Amino acid sequence: MKARNNRMASIRIKEVFKSFYKTKIIHGISIDIQEGEFLVIVGPSGCGKSTLLRMVAGLETVSAGEIFINGRMVNEDEPMERNVAMVFQNYALYPHMNVFNNMAYGLKIAGTSKKEIKTRVDNAASILQLEDLLERKPRDLSGGQRQRVAMGRAIVRKPDVFLFDEPLSNLDAKLRVKMRLEIKALQRSLKTTSLYVTHDQVEAMTLADRMVVMNNGKAEQIGVPLEVYDYPATLFVAQFIGSPSMNIFKGNSNNNAVTFGDSIEISSKTRFDGEVFVGIRPEHLIVDPDGLLTVRLKITEPLGANTLVYGTVKGTNEEVVISLPGTVEIDSLKNEMRLSFQNKNIHIFDRKTNKRIG
Amino acid sequence: MVEKKGLSYWLSHAGLILGVIVIGFPIWLAFVASTVTQSEIVSPPMPLLPGGEFITNYKEALFSGINAPVALMLLNSTIMALGIALGKIFISLLSAFAIVYFRFPGRQLFFWMIFLTLMLPIEVRIVPSYGVVAQFGMLNSYSGLIFPLIASATATFLFRQFFLTIPNELTEAARVDGAGPVRFFFDIILPMSKTNIAALFVILFIYGWNQFLWPLLITTDPSMNTIVMGIKQMFPSGDDNANWPVIMATSLLAMVPPVLIVIFMQKFFVRGLIESEK
Ligand SMILES: Nc1ncnc2c1ncn2[C@@H]1O[C@H](COP(=O)(O)OP(=O)(O)OP(=O)(O)O)[C@@H](O)[C@H]1O
Ligand SMILES: [Mg+2]
Repeated sequence: MKARNNRMASIRIKEVFKSFYKTKIIHGISIDIQEGEFLVIVGPSGCGKSTLLRMVAGLETVSAGEIFINGRMVNEDEPMERNVAMVFQNYALYPHMNVFNNMAYGLKIAGTSKKEIKTRVDNAASILQLEDLLERKPRDLSGGQRQRVAMGRAIVRKPDVFLFDEPLSNLDAKLRVKMRLEIKALQRSLKTTSLYVTHDQVEAMTLADRMVVMNNGKAEQIGVPLEVYDYPATLFVAQFIGSPSMNIFKGNSNNNAVTFGDSIEISSKTRFDGEVFVGIRPEHLIVDPDGLLTVRLKITEPLGANTLVYGTVKGTNEEVVISLPGTVEIDSLKNEMRLSFQNKNIHIFDRKTNKRIG
Repeated sequence: MVEKKGLSYWLSHAGLILGVIVIGFPIWLAFVASTVTQSEIVSPPMPLLPGGEFITNYKEALFSGINAPVALMLLNSTIMALGIALGKIFISLLSAFAIVYFRFPGRQLFFWMIFLTLMLPIEVRIVPSYGVVAQFGMLNSYSGLIFPLIASATATFLFRQFFLTIPNELTEAARVDGAGPVRFFFDIILPMSKTNIAALFVILFIYGWNQFLWPLLITTDPSMNTIVMGIKQMFPSGDDNANWPVIMATSLLAMVPPVLIVIFMQKFFVRGLIESEK
């Protein structure tokens, strides 16, 4: 984080609020995006991700707060004046224009010379492997190809900022992974500051230099993906990031001692008195005959690379899911299992504020 | 294609052929009447096969006519119908664009006002319209024929519905690309509305072509007559003999342009419908 501070912030979102009529959607968000950074905004449906992105694009007015792009306040600017390019979820290609014209349209409006337009479009087409499709209309393209054209339309403009609103959500799972890698590689080579919205946490984890986890119009946590994964700042982040979700147990903290489950006692570095939530990721539970946590098994889901085991905690009946590596043969007669965990993999949240305490 | 030649096959074909005959026979009679001499028509029985006067009758109709040459009336009708069709499309495209894409005070009110004019066809407002046109000195002129008929709530409504189906993202993509409202209209909206425009053009052209009451009222000069009213004017008043062969030739000539428009434009809008630009 320190190393970044001497670089210029490319986008600065400062205390931004948004309401539609009386309904408040964004409740004060501040994010600084560094030059060349790939920032991903992730959050559940309806949390206001698109709204935030559209405010940066200039497609939505800002109710309060300020947005800066390259140090210039752009609240009142038209999208074009902000020099941003946007890739939409449904691609939004002009249906009556062929691929070439789709990509060239913005440049034509900007008054770029014919020769320059051709050079830039051809260049983008070769990067995105669209050379043979330039004469086609969007309806004659596959989903992945349309997606590429939408990307091409963004890159020919050489904008200061790329904005992506769930650009991959209309593709099938395999293509999504492929395009994800392509987007990442493209952004790496162009070094254009990017703001990417998704509700898919895998996309967020893999693409992001830093990610913002949003919930209900607030930024719950901003950080590099692994930091967010390892040290979720709130209960919401803990449960939203990671699949399957983190196991959460009710517990009590007394000074440095935390108890949960069937009177399991662990020590915490942070002193705290009161009710807490104790979280453990499914992959951090280990089968161990001497383990402290006893789980009554319900069902297993073999996924090939790992196996998900569902059950309830003995004593409290809280739901628990365990992710075990490889294929695990569970003895169906033995319907109890003992598990252990390492203290460093325990997350503790204040039950009143849902904030992380250790 | 299921090849099934049962009773129903023959019955349905017989029904269709009968229908064609019922509709086609009067037209055939009109055609026959336009190719014979006046005396052949008035002496019964009426001929059922074409005679030898085709060229003479059509020449007379086209170039001298009864009150005015039919060629001139055809031209007048074409100008009026084109003016009405294009004018209606132009105005309703613009008003639908305004109503859908701009937020201005009274937007809904204006929309409903336009919509209400659907209930005011020319026949209802013919007296005040005549007054206005007369005051502007537009009697016996193309503008007088065209302008009072040019507003179209139907077309505005159709374009509005179509614009509402254009995805919002497309509008936003154009904004991000830097297209202002005018560019957006000409570069995106207009080409996307091609099919609708073609379909409306056919309907509105025929609507304009078939105007009868309004041209009858405001054109007193035979050289401004339109063909549809012109046919009516050809019937003699009093004891004169009607020149049936020429009248029939005129009737058939009056059908040609609308038929051509339908045949020609059909290609456009059928292709447009198949291509489906969305
Ligand atoms: N123009 C609008 N008028 C009123 N409410 C709106 C408008 N646009 C969005 N909203 C509301 O704002 C909230 C956030 O919408 P937004 O589109 O930003 O969600 P999102 O996080 O992008 O969700 P998703 O993942 O489903 O796309 C939603 O509750 C939505 O109903
Ligand atoms: Mg969204």
